[in-house]
Amino acid sequence: MEANKNVVLHVADVHKNFGGLHALADIDLQVEEGRTHAIIGPNGAGKSTLLNVIIGRIPPTSGAVVFDGTVLTGKKPFEINQLGVSRVFQTPEIFADLPVLQNVMTPAFAKRDGAFKINLSTPLERESALREEAEAMLEDVGLVDRRHTTAGSLSRGDKRRLELAMCLIQKPRLLLLDEPTAGMSRHDTNTTIELLKKIKSRGMTKVIIEHDMHVVFSLADKISVLAGGRIIAEGLPSEVRGDPRVQEAYLGGTHQ
Amino acid sequence: MNFFQLPRNEYVTLGVFSLVVLTMPLWLQPLGAAYPGLMQQFAIFAIFAVGFNILFGLTGYLSFGHAAFLGVGSYTAVWSFKLLSMDVIPALIFAVLVAGIFALLIGYVSLRRSGIYFSILTLAFAQMSYNLAYSVLTPITNGETALQLAGSDPRVLDGLFASGTSSIISSPAILGSALGGIGGFYLCAVILLIVFFIAQKIFTSPFGMMLRAVKSNQTRLSYTGVNTRPYTLAAFVISGMYAGLAGGLLAVTDPLAGAERMQWTASGEVVLMTILGGVGTLIGPVVGAWLIKYMENIFSAYNERILQFYFDWMPDGVQDFAVTVTSKFVGEGWKLTEGLVFVLVVVFLPGGIMEGVRRIRSAVGNRRKNEEAPAKLSTSAAE
Repeated sequence: MEANKNVVLHVADVHKNFGGLHALADIDLQVEEGRTHAIIGPNGAGKSTLLNVIIGRIPPTSGAVVFDGTVLTGKKPFEINQLGVSRVFQTPEIFADLPVLQNVMTPAFAKRDGAFKINLSTPLERESALREEAEAMLEDVGLVDRRHTTAGSLSRGDKRRLELAMCLIQKPRLLLLDEPTAGMSRHDTNTTIELLKKIKSRGMTKVIIEHDMHVVFSLADKISVLAGGRIIAEGLPSEVRGDPRVQEAYLGGTHQ
Repeated sequence: MNFFQLPRNEYVTLGVFSLVVLTMPLWLQPLGAAYPGLMQQFAIFAIFAVGFNILFGLTGYLSFGHAAFLGVGSYTAVWSFKLLSMDVIPALIFAVLVAGIFALLIGYVSLRRSGIYFSILTLAFAQMSYNLAYSVLTPITNGETALQLAGSDPRVLDGLFASGTSSIISSPAILGSALGGIGGFYLCAVILLIVFFIAQKIFTSPFGMMLRAVKSNQTRLSYTGVNTRPYTLAAFVISGMYAGLAGGLLAVTDPLAGAERMQWTASGEVVLMTILGGVGTLIGPVVGAWLIKYMENIFSAYNERILQFYFDWMPDGVQDFAVTVTSKFVGEGWKLTEGLVFVLVVVFLPGGIMEGVRRIRSAVGNRRKNEEAPAKLSTSAAE
């Protein structure tokens, strides 16, 4: 009853088959506005496939994804982004050849100018409003001192932070995070958690896929547990933590 | 006005570049290259390479078929001379527009693929264009003999204004005054400066940043809300128009258009120029174009007699040996020199000649710092 109140993202009855393999079955997911919804599950449970279906990278075999009343299924990634959905990848996707500052300015331009515009009028360095906005964003993620470095030479943890900044500068309504702390040190993980908590207070909706239970329980308002392509449990962190089916799925997953 | 804004250091570059281009007749004198025909080629092929670099240098899409647009520009300009007027302005406008339309069609299809497949597609289209021009479309291109002016050309616009005074073939003119050799060079030079400025605008604009982002990571760019296809197509069409302009100017300086201008070797040449000078830099392609055109025209003119004169100071046996060896690299063998230079640059300076310039500059800068530091020490010691 209360679930239907402010649903921004609705994954409706999605199935995905790869050949004979049922990667996703009967997925029904509702994400409420301003909440952080975590999707957890053992390796091969279909978490990444689900994220790829949401963002339009993989078309579902059946079912649909609805974002704020708009059907995302069949739309191209850039169209989905223009509707207000950003994504952080498992391995950071950044513009490795460009300076850090331009990495953050590019999404800011995409937000301001739309999917295509031949903008020749003002030189890049005189776009002071966007530049200041980008520098403030870099300040938030702690990369402002490295703004003139080529992004490819950053450490892996810094690349992740940069990618997060690139998503956040667009002020997306929905942010999808695919294991945002994978491969990070404990210290970097905690910094990232703090950062994500900070943006949580700004009222952005987030869907997060994560292995690290420490991260999940520090951030999530709601958790869905995926195993064998199905959602086997869903609820508040406290409910999911004690669920025997979840423990079994995880134990089964780690046995191999 | 915003349109004329550039970052400050780019104004300096433009100023120095203008000076270098306009004083070509002076500084090319001691190099033996200050004759109009060659200087026109310097300017024209610089335009071709600067435009090519907008596509290859910024987006990373390597076209092996840009000579097709050069050829289309030449044919269009000659047809404009034949049908409309001997004036240069309509000829160049049409050359740019028609090349742009060709680039739009070829680019639209070729840009569906990237990497080597894109290169092969552009090569295929260029070879198709070449063969069409050479044999199939002879009524339009005059095939093997090349498209030329004739006394019987209608020249509608000239007829309107000149009230039938001269029906003899005249040479290309600009607003009524004939160009001539050195005039042709200055026309090409001024146009080079204009299009160089446009390239600077593109390189320093948000549009340029988007094109660099295409080269860097298309996946990220599309998940950032950018439709990459029209950006690459825009870059392709712009560089095609540069090529068309260069082709038009070739016809302006010598009103003749042959199919060989579209052959794959011509497409390969602009790739060499760009890589030799420095991909993705503004000045690099210009330097590369000048170097290759210089070698092509000057080294190829050397023969054994000239070499004997150069090595005259050596003892007889050694002189003969030196002449025999070096003669393989000049005259008809100039391509060997070109190849060697290219290999050396790519192996030791992957960023082209401009990377060499950058390295020398930073080495000099460091040495100056090092020299200043002990100097300060010694002065303080003297006190």
